[in-house]
Amino acid sequence: MKVLLRNPRRELEVPGPITVAALLARLELVPESVLVIRGDTLVTSDARLDAGDQIEIRPVISGGAP
Amino acid sequence: MKCRRCKAPAVIEIPRHNAAFCRECFLRHCREQVRRAIDEHRMFVPGDRVLVAVSGGKDSLALWHLLTELGIDADGLYLGLGIGEYSDESGRYARDFAARVGAGLHEVDLPTDYGYDVPGAARATRRSPCGACGLSKRHLFNGFALEHGYDVVATGHNLDDEAAVLLGNVLRWETGYLGRQHPVLPATDGFVKKVKPLVRLGEREMAAYCVLNGIDYQIEECPMADGNRHLGLKTTLNALEEQSPGTKAAFLFGFLARGHGRFADASDAERETLAPCSGCGGPTSTGGLCAFCSLRVRVSNPQPVALRTGR
Ligand code: SF4
Ligand SMILES: [Zn+2]
Ligand SMILES: [Zn+2]
Repeated sequence: MKVLLRNPRRELEVPGPITVAALLARLELVPESVLVIRGDTLVTSDARLDAGDQIEIRPVISGGAP
Repeated sequence: MKCRRCKAPAVIEIPRHNAAFCRECFLRHCREQVRRAIDEHRMFVPGDRVLVAVSGGKDSLALWHLLTELGIDADGLYLGLGIGEYSDESGRYARDFAARVGAGLHEVDLPTDYGYDVPGAARATRRSPCGACGLSKRHLFNGFALEHGYDVVATGHNLDDEAAVLLGNVLRWETGYLGRQHPVLPATDGFVKKVKPLVRLGEREMAAYCVLNGIDYQIEECPMADGNRHLGLKTTLNALEEQSPGTKAAFLFGFLARGHGRFADASDAERETLAPCSGCGGPTSTGGLCAFCSLRVRVSNPQPVALRTGR
């Protein structure tokens, strides 16, 4: 499956199927700091991602003095 | 995983509430949390003219959308910071959103209207870009609201922002800041009322709110934010949250309920020493120019850099 990452923008190819939790662990990402998007919706940590899926992992932490 | 409310398939988990929600129930959860913050802290009174500080990022656009959903009419103010392509794009997200919901958007542009930009201000003042930027934002949102008759400015500060600011203030025991850190700052001489309706919602929930409503926002990180201390505080809190969900909320809400009042004296004392700025008439504690006016002076008369000449 294709996985789009941001900041900086890059694309990875990850073999599926794999759960969201396992994908994040593999990429060493903290679940609290990202959203996992499939199509136009979000998926939970137990969701199974399949080989043909297009996935975006979007960081949600922004810096800067608010 | 199933929605806690209706048992439909869930799209998001919220570990601190020990819950997962489907799209509809999640959006309802967001509206309820904002409604609760507004009521708990009496953020608005009927008839208030509300101005939302809009950056084009997830928090301010979600806030504007949520207020509209709750029947609170608000106009937006977008402040162009002059940070190259990042600012151009951010402005486009703000305009597109305003057009989509049919709300009024004001714009102020630092380079066009004030003759400087954030990178230039940072260089000229040797402040961090975020310092110069935050100071400009506070001054201009406040001034714009006062000048145009808005009763209250609403900002998109969320639970993560507030918890990180609190941690930073506690680590240095900034008693004056602690006394002023609250979801509502009442109007005082020279200051419009300020409210933070998103304090009960986390950063991740705000991004999810935008995705699930099809709201496009600035996803890229501001190029000036590199090495930012605020980001480090958030990362630290998220590590604690990971081990013990609910830590950030307990830290912030515990402070508001049991800590904040103990520091009120420190910030009152600071407020009492304010006098009008000799440049803009806004309140300042310096006795001369306020921080914003002195920033403008320094940007327009940059100090020459001493160069070492040959041997
Ligand atoms: S990261 Fe800093 S410079 Fe960039 S918009 Fe935020 S406060 Fe301003
Ligand atoms: Zn539901
Ligand atoms: Zn001034």
